[in-house]
Amino acid sequence: MLSLYLPGASPVHRAPAGLKLAVLAALGVGLFLVSRVEVVAGALAAVLAVGLAVARLPGRALWAQVRPVWIWLAALFVVHLLVTGPLPGAVAVLRLLTLVLAAAVVTATTRVTALVAVVEWLVQPLRLVGVRPARVGLVVAMTLRFIPLLAERAARIREAQTARGAERVRLGLLVPLVISVLQLAHTLSEALDARGADDTPARPLRRAAGSVGPA
Amino acid sequence: MKTRDLAYVALFAAIVAVLGLLPPVPVPGIPVPITAQTLGVMLAGSVLGARRGALALLVFLAVVAVGAPVLSGGRGGLGVFVGPTAGFLYSWPVAAFVIGWLTQLSWRRFNLAWALVANLVGGVVVIYAIGIPFTSLYADVPLWTSFTGSLAFIPGDVVKAVAASVVAVAVHRAYPVIELPTRRATAG
Repeated sequence: MLSLYLPGASPVHRAPAGLKLAVLAALGVGLFLVSRVEVVAGALAAVLAVGLAVARLPGRALWAQVRPVWIWLAALFVVHLLVTGPLPGAVAVLRLLTLVLAAAVVTATTRVTALVAVVEWLVQPLRLVGVRPARVGLVVAMTLRFIPLLAERAARIREAQTARGAERVRLGLLVPLVISVLQLAHTLSEALDARGADDTPARPLRRAAGSVGPA
Repeated sequence: MKTRDLAYVALFAAIVAVLGLLPPVPVPGIPVPITAQTLGVMLAGSVLGARRGALALLVFLAVVAVGAPVLSGGRGGLGVFVGPTAGFLYSWPVAAFVIGWLTQLSWRRFNLAWALVANLVGGVVVIYAIGIPFTSLYADVPLWTSFTGSLAFIPGDVVKAVAASVVAVAVHRAYPVIELPTRRATAG
């Protein structure tokens, strides 16, 4: 499954996605305003408590998100040891660790559909420049749908080329992949237009008339 | 924006994701294995043009943000947007835009040389010009340290710029989708 969401029924899971993102954003700003190690360490403890005890996420789910940045954090600490000293180094590392973990908790406890809805809500102000939020949601949903399909298509092209004896498949893979994707986009857009996703601005009347379109 | 443009944007966002799923390739003589993901950034810009290319990368970042583990190494979720190297992610839509813009400028006489200029400027210079200062400010390390730390990736990125240019020229010949003039006032 193409998602980092872990189903659950905890208060963290049930909290509105927008609220969780707002808390995450506030944490992101707040942590950079304080430089006291005990405050940052407290925030880290709080995030771990929320993730492990309240949301009951498995520790390895959180670790999976920390692991890719782990070496980076270690290197950062070493640089700080040499340049500024151990305490600012500890603050910088704990700060990043807290943010990465907090973001992992939000991602693991929030459904993709709920987050897509937040994306649509966030782009509402862009209506002023002609962006239609529903179409943004449609494009994000389309991308999520087509990633597994394109991965399969890439694998198939690769197999076909290997079968013909091509050893170096990297560049040879890309040209047919890109062109087949452009053709697929063409077919897809015709199918969407046939179902009412054309370029005419969404007006209340039109919306009431057609129930199949994404508007 | 036409529905076809939306489909291009969605499917190129998916291509960037698929390139992130490919395993990293060790290249002889380069200390860091290269991942194909920024190849997707370059392709989006040089095949779709400035606006659609930048939008494809914005959509890709939205897909990462909603929790799809499609960044190279299976990373994803909101954590990557607050990590120390998040500046490189934020640079991608800008990079795709610059590549697309340079590609459009040279569209009538587009060849490998122009493609290389576009991909090196947009896909290497722009990405580092945003990513390195971001890391430096965000992680509170000197600019120079952040710069030298990134040097190891530059040869791989040059290899990718060459690869993207070859593909862009082939696609330009076989299935061009950039239409000139692109100064239509509509937005979608």
